[in-house]
Amino acid sequence: MEHIVIIGNGISGVTAARHIRKLSDKKITIISAETDHFFSRTALMYIYMGHMKYEHTKPYEDYFWKKNRIELRRGFVEKVHTDKKEVQFSDNTTLAYDKLIIAAGSKSNKFGWPGQDLNGVQGLYSKQDLDALEQNAPNNKICKRAVIVGGGLIGIEFAEMLSTRNIPVTFLVRENSFWNGVLPKGESELLNRHIKSHHIDLRLSTNLKEILSDDNEKVRAVVIEETGEELPCDVVGLTAGVTPNIDFLKDSGIELGRGVKVNRFLETNVDSVYAIGDCAEQHEPIGNRRPIEAVWYTGRMMGETLAQTICGNKLEYKPGHWFNSAKFFDIEYQTYGWVFSERSKKDTEAHFHWKHPDDKKCITIAYHKDSKLFLGINTFGIRMRHEVFDRWLSEKRGLDYVIEHLPEANFDPEFYRSFEKDILKAFHSETEVTAH
Amino acid sequence: MSTVQQNISLTGEPPKSLNGTQKIATFIGLFGLVVLALAGFNVNFPNKGLWLTIALLSITAGIILFAKGAYAQKQEGIKNDGVWFKSISSRGFVAWIAGILLTSFYIVLYFFPQFLGLNSEGSNTGVIALFDPLSRLLSGNPASQWFVYGTLYTIAIFAFGVKFIWKYRHNRYERIRTISVMVFQTAFAFLIPEFMARLNSDSFNLPYYDLKNIWPLNYYNFEQYRVDSFISSGSVGVGLLIFGVVSIFVITPILTYKYGKRWYCSWVCGCGGLAETAGDSFRQLSDKSMNAWKVERWVIHSVLVFVVVMTTAVISTYLGYDSTKYWLTKDVFLIGVGVFLTLLFAGIWYFKKEELQKDARYGAIGYLVIVISLIAMHYATGKTLFLFEAETLRKTYGFLIGSIFSGVIGTGFYPILGSRVWCRMGCPMAAILGMQQRLFSKFRITTNGGQCISCGNCSTYCEMGIDVRAYAQKGENIVRSSCVGCGICSAVCPRGVLKLENGPLEGRIESKDVLLGNDVDLMNYVSKN
Repeated sequence: MEHIVIIGNGISGVTAARHIRKLSDKKITIISAETDHFFSRTALMYIYMGHMKYEHTKPYEDYFWKKNRIELRRGFVEKVHTDKKEVQFSDNTTLAYDKLIIAAGSKSNKFGWPGQDLNGVQGLYSKQDLDALEQNAPNNKICKRAVIVGGGLIGIEFAEMLSTRNIPVTFLVRENSFWNGVLPKGESELLNRHIKSHHIDLRLSTNLKEILSDDNEKVRAVVIEETGEELPCDVVGLTAGVTPNIDFLKDSGIELGRGVKVNRFLETNVDSVYAIGDCAEQHEPIGNRRPIEAVWYTGRMMGETLAQTICGNKLEYKPGHWFNSAKFFDIEYQTYGWVFSERSKKDTEAHFHWKHPDDKKCITIAYHKDSKLFLGINTFGIRMRHEVFDRWLSEKRGLDYVIEHLPEANFDPEFYRSFEKDILKAFHSETEVTAH
Repeated sequence: MSTVQQNISLTGEPPKSLNGTQKIATFIGLFGLVVLALAGFNVNFPNKGLWLTIALLSITAGIILFAKGAYAQKQEGIKNDGVWFKSISSRGFVAWIAGILLTSFYIVLYFFPQFLGLNSEGSNTGVIALFDPLSRLLSGNPASQWFVYGTLYTIAIFAFGVKFIWKYRHNRYERIRTISVMVFQTAFAFLIPEFMARLNSDSFNLPYYDLKNIWPLNYYNFEQYRVDSFISSGSVGVGLLIFGVVSIFVITPILTYKYGKRWYCSWVCGCGGLAETAGDSFRQLSDKSMNAWKVERWVIHSVLVFVVVMTTAVISTYLGYDSTKYWLTKDVFLIGVGVFLTLLFAGIWYFKKEELQKDARYGAIGYLVIVISLIAMHYATGKTLFLFEAETLRKTYGFLIGSIFSGVIGTGFYPILGSRVWCRMGCPMAAILGMQQRLFSKFRITTNGGQCISCGNCSTYCEMGIDVRAYAQKGENIVRSSCVGCGICSAVCPRGVLKLENGPLEGRIESKDVLLGNDVDLMNYVSKN
């Protein structure tokens, strides 16, 4: 019986395993150094905030794995011997495979800041990071202030987490507005105000220079590049993005770039070795996508695709229309299709932006300046239907059509006030102005 | 590696600590409870009306002030910080104390009302006497243990309802739904029956009737003494009796078809009302395991069969044999019940067989055979209907289900088992509504394409123990008989994945375009398997 070995029990590896089991009788082993069972990484923040316990973040009950004959192996893979087709663990034991799926995920970026390895300096990606945070910042007596470095999705979640324990947070963001490499100006600025309204000390256009140590190799303060200001703190959160977790593959013969290089079939250069999820790097980006997509949904899609290939139905990884979502403190965000920020959009991309007076809801619709083709939507504080936008994108609808049919896409709970009329009105008054 | 520390003090660290307002509120609320407790231990308060007012106002004000302390300073949004750190909401020491106190209260209430001051001879004493002034004001009669209970129950739904609205003030569905349960409890369960009692005289004697309390939840509605009173009260009484029958056989199916069982369970029902308000802090304690779901299906449907058998037996005892006196004779009734159940079964089997799980099929066949053979045995042997005396059945049901299950376990165990144990495992009304919701209703919880991140907030905060995530992460809609439509899964979802809605029956469960973000070719393969 063919033995499929999967390194990593995150969403990508587990999805691959589940679908391989659905399609075949192959022997499946999932290896993880992180936890015994699959849990939802995106839910780590809720454990620290007391919304859930670790048990609640496991999408499958513990009996599931045995019932589905998926073997779980706790261990750290140190090397992969592609010539002998085996993986070697840190305790020097080995495990032979017929096919190997690398789904080892990411690790937090560190950009060589002085002091980045001190105690109390940490990222927020793994279960171990969460346990470390519980040690480093159990309350606001042990952690009197935390500094977060890097203004992305993990950074803002980190800030929210700490604020639930009344720990003062200083949030250092390199850009001049939060996440404005991804979000258009109106949205990014709305989030700046929302972050501050939660009493986060948001410092824009601010870089970290170094992290200072006390006598016990523990963080004492950070120094800010621009002003030289020294900020005393007990925890430093490094949230300046993630990078593929592939150090163990050096010298394995598997082609590496920033991640594990794969083709559209998710195959590496070595026969019977595949890579999926955060750690996979496409040779050529697919459409507007980045070559490495560290996103929950894409990990899941790659897992589903690869399972087909491994079970004899060779399939290309062809993700559909882009979508994503996040939550910034109290404001939910969804995106369908492509909306680029001013910094990264093409000249042909134009935006229609509407914001509610309460400063907690807004939408941005991207369209082609000349053809008026609908390109994508960002929505804050208003839920929208994935299915509807996916269809409109496939049908190549125009801007007018989308604006007029917005009520069809609304996904807010029943009885919620809707804003489509306001949006339509704003749209008409704006187009009248530009027409003159 | 649990990082949760059990701490019984009211201090501690954020987010589990209480702020100044909350501490004052706790003190005010406890003061009201202490007054009631002292009355319970026969401290004779001089001015009962005044002290009762003080006690009830303190409790109400304490709860509302506590909510203000908890939510007023914070921005609108989900307020579950520290739920699993707080002793009361994570089965800690405080939760066990609260559970034991509540359970003891129910045992005394149901089985030893004399300890509350109910005297078979002479006027009330103790805490019941304290409630006499209010009872006289409303109905003109002295209080009973049920009046005490009803008053406290209404106050709980009202005050904790205010707290719930404060907590979910950003969510219009939750606000409107909570106002609905508060109004139904205060008006229909509490005030109207008391006022109805005022109308009673020697010639006009309506039984105590909470109009929204529908058989079989209200398992005693068709007992002889009630039916006699209805009939003796002229057209009003007969009207109410007919309303009781129409409620379950006409109104309920129509509303459940259109809106799902939520129209009753989380918008109208008193048990649901208490669970959604006072029980909200315990919703996360429900058991989500597959095993719990299996137990749930057998237990709740067994209770339903029990109540049908019991009610049939009770009604048949007071019906006569002579069709010239009244058309509804014992025979007509028994055969009618048999035919009705058989037709119901046949209908479900014919139209919805594919949607029944294996155990549901076994259960349905088994129970139908049992009920029909009981009726047949009655005719074959001429012996007592259903092997037992109707009176024995009635008493057993009242004790086991009416008191122990719905009261002592259902509410007393809130802090340990969660707020909806009765609704999920025991309520026969919920069983009927659930069967219809699962098989024949427009209601579903829609999953928003591929946006689920499997975080687990929906499952954790489902008071009915539904593993919502299991459906959402597959892109499947949620159509479960137990779902009461409280809307909290949708509220706590950080990615806007869930929406309660009523829509066409077609494609209700498995939306045809399973959409997880992949390209269509792959989705065809995935959905095939």
